[in-house]
Amino acid sequence: MNFDVAFGQYCEGDSILHRLDPRAKIIMSLLYIVDVFLAKNVFAFALLTSFTVAMAVLSRIKPRILLRGLKPVIFIMIFTGVINVFWYRGAEGAKPLVDWWIFTIYPAGILNAVLIVLRVVLLIAGTSLILTYTTTPLALTDGLERLLSPLAKIKVPVHEFSLMMTIALRFIPTLIEETGKIMDAQKARGASFSEGSLVKRAKALIPVLVPLFASSFRRADELAVAMECRCYRGGKGRTRMNVLKATFKDFAGVIVIILLGVSLVLLNKYTDAFALGF
Amino acid sequence: MSKIIKAENVSFSYEGDTPEERVEVLKNISFEIEEGSFTAILGRNGSGKSTLAKLLCMINLPDSGRLEVDGIEVTREDVTEDEIYEARRDVGMVFQNPDNQIVATIVEDDVAFGPENLGIPSEEIRKRVDGALEAVGMSEYARHSASRLSGGQKQRVAIAGALAMKRKCIIFDESTAMLDPLGRKEVMKNILRLNKEDGITVLLITHYMNEASLADRVIVIDNGGIIMDGRPSEVFSEVDKMWEAGLDVPQTTELLQRLRDAGLDVPKDIFDPAECAAVIKAALADRGCAI
Repeated sequence: MNFDVAFGQYCEGDSILHRLDPRAKIIMSLLYIVDVFLAKNVFAFALLTSFTVAMAVLSRIKPRILLRGLKPVIFIMIFTGVINVFWYRGAEGAKPLVDWWIFTIYPAGILNAVLIVLRVVLLIAGTSLILTYTTTPLALTDGLERLLSPLAKIKVPVHEFSLMMTIALRFIPTLIEETGKIMDAQKARGASFSEGSLVKRAKALIPVLVPLFASSFRRADELAVAMECRCYRGGKGRTRMNVLKATFKDFAGVIVIILLGVSLVLLNKYTDAFALGF
Repeated sequence: MSKIIKAENVSFSYEGDTPEERVEVLKNISFEIEEGSFTAILGRNGSGKSTLAKLLCMINLPDSGRLEVDGIEVTREDVTEDEIYEARRDVGMVFQNPDNQIVATIVEDDVAFGPENLGIPSEEIRKRVDGALEAVGMSEYARHSASRLSGGQKQRVAIAGALAMKRKCIIFDESTAMLDPLGRKEVMKNILRLNKEDGITVLLITHYMNEASLADRVIVIDNGGIIMDGRPSEVFSEVDKMWEAGLDVPQTTELLQRLRDAGLDVPKDIFDPAECAAVIKAALADRGCAI
């Protein structure tokens, strides 16, 4: 596994989604989030779902990986689902489906629960498809820096933030390796990291974290000297080897997401008559 | 030949908490480095050799004395930051720890870091990066992640980073110290190549005598001062003085010296083991010992 470049969720690939300009993808995922909240009825959701599935197919990312990304939010999905099933009544005077003891379930409640859970699923799957699964963290930082560069005019240190991100990403594998070494060294002196109570295990990590912290400072110092030696003096007057160039497909991508939003609004409006319980 | 570095009576001390605690590391050092030369700097730990390297890269400036780098006098009273920056463009440094000098995740992005800082146009950077990676034999790793390379490969990337800035002089501060023999060999091969073929001035700070024996000139530093300066054969032939400075001499030199002490007539300035074996064989044959 290419761990260091693939830090985060990035999946190697060469699909159209992978090849889009990171700036376009950042804008697209923001617009997509808006789109997801624009969908109000079954038809709009149907369109949104098919669009997201189409993106998944285009990205050639395995459904298994996509589903794995949903795992952390399973609890939220169940929770919101259950709440909606029991508390949503729908239109005034609707007949309950089940009415037993303190449980009253309306048909609209079930539909609403399904749609809300679907919304969470689409939100996560869609944004990860556009952004995190198909963009390397580096490209992402680069895109963010370029997108935010106008802020530099009002003295926001955009370049510095982006460099911090880059260096952090660069040093993650190095520090992981070092942590392993220190843990081995402590184990060789009889430290145990997997036994005892939670508090005991947490305490056992202190002799690992302190040297790791100390060595990070030394590394930072050396890196700063090395950077100065390589004529680094901030973002001013710097050029870039790889200049991002937005092409037709990047604009097309953004327009597609906008059109999706427009269609959702129209669907909400003109199919409302058929909507069930909304 | 013009001099790329001129140092006259340069002193430097690290500040302590109180004025009495100041540690004087370099004391009145004077030397000149010719453009295109290959100089090795030797000295035991704490002798001041790394401090000297930091002065030459202008990370630190001397307390007193005169230092001129590529025609710019960096010790002048009214020297501007821009002038130091200009001087720094020509002198690069490759450090000991390969991990702590690579800035970007991807190899080619890291090589591009220096030229990007100089504000060179994108197409030109691309050309330089490709050329530099080719020169150190790392082209096929251009898109690889730097953290997955071996130590020797990382140092070659660092060399490429200096090459891409078109530096006239590269200082290697114990750049091979953390490498295995194979990595050391490949880095040394690259250092020699860029000195001999590209005419880049090389200053090699090292603990390995066989690396130093490849240089045109060896400077030995001890206790903050230069104690020996000359061709490797001259410097290494003073075995006692080297030992006094806490240094070894190349194994061949030591062997030949001991043989001479024992009365065998052999030359003393041979660093190649095969050549060394040949002279010993010849000397023994002279004495009538057939091998």
